[in-house]
Amino acid sequence: MAFDVGLAVLVLGLAVWTTAARDTFAAVVGFVAFGLLLALVWVRLAAPDVALTEAAIGSGVTGVLLVGASTRLRPVAVLAAGAGPCAIQRLAAAVLCTLVTAGLAAIVLLLPEPAPTLAPQAAKNLGATGLGNPVTAVLMAFRAIDTLLETVVLLLALLGIWSLASDRVWGGVAAALRYADPDGALTLLAQLLAPVGILVGIHIFWVGSTAPGGEFQGATILAAMWILTMMAGLVDAPAVSRRWLRLVLVAGPATFLAIGLAGFAMAGAFLGYPESHAKLLILTIEIPVTLSIAATLALLVAGPPERAPQR
Amino acid sequence: MSLVLDALTIITVSAGAFFFLAGTVGLLRFPDALSRLHALTKADNLGLGLVVLGLLFQVDGPLAALKLIGVWLLALLAGATVTQLIARTARPGGPPA
Repeated sequence: MAFDVGLAVLVLGLAVWTTAARDTFAAVVGFVAFGLLLALVWVRLAAPDVALTEAAIGSGVTGVLLVGASTRLRPVAVLAAGAGPCAIQRLAAAVLCTLVTAGLAAIVLLLPEPAPTLAPQAAKNLGATGLGNPVTAVLMAFRAIDTLLETVVLLLALLGIWSLASDRVWGGVAAALRYADPDGALTLLAQLLAPVGILVGIHIFWVGSTAPGGEFQGATILAAMWILTMMAGLVDAPAVSRRWLRLVLVAGPATFLAIGLAGFAMAGAFLGYPESHAKLLILTIEIPVTLSIAATLALLVAGPPERAPQR
Repeated sequence: MSLVLDALTIITVSAGAFFFLAGTVGLLRFPDALSRLHALTKADNLGLGLVVLGLLFQVDGPLAALKLIGVWLLALLAGATVTQLIARTARPGGPPA
């Protein structure tokens, strides 16, 4: 109890501090720490699947993206220091944010007791999917369309980042990542950690069918290992015009969509699985989806192409 | 037997917590970046190491023990690397060419 109260106070305090921080980079550091504490909160609420996702995606990948953004914005931020929003704009933003928070709080507090839930139905039909983890069953079977759309949204986000490249370097290589120092500590870390990390990533993806884990969490770790080896200069960042790269990126959503459409013939509904082959079909979707998400996340962090492709 | 194990756990985890506290105080109070890094690594290496050692007295089997030791080793590796990278940037005169 005392631990939970302390955790809640810490999370709220850090949220206020992050909002109030003047320096963009400091705010990003606060956000990452906030995400890790939030993962602890999810663990305390007995939701380890959400905790893993929050730590990996909410805090990890988003944190790296924000660090990259704040570094890129540094030259502009100095110029714009004197030209911030005026008092009325700040007040309006504060009022709107408070209204959103109050609205969310009201919705949560006014839920009927007991709160409406589909959990018993999900648990009852778990056997039909052949899976042992109800969260994965929801993500891959009962609400598979949400997951399908998430994979497509990630791809659209990557297209958005790529389209920031200038015409001259279109189809080229993201240059921002290199920290080339062959004798440096980062190279040693990449050499030692990458094999372990790849194994852990595959394990987290694989246990997702029976225990907390899954393709998004596993893919994040795989993406982190790829980014690490690219930063250490052990592997080159690929040119975004490479055909194999684009195939890896679309393989997941394409397989998902194809099996979803085949559901019309096999089970009479989009994304329906025949009960006898449900687990096999889900795994057939999950493997390419994991690879696609890993590649997408790594390339999101790598940023827009900045060097022309070598011909 | 379990009383002895519990006592060992309490002693080592408390010692670990002490090193975390000392490391945090050092991080907040030391004057420059390099000394702050020095203080921080004590929390990572000794603090986490002692906490893991204390928890080893409570695990069910060798697999769980190996996982705990693995967590400590990975934290050591990551902590040492990040400290190196920060120190290179923070040292007087900037990073070596």
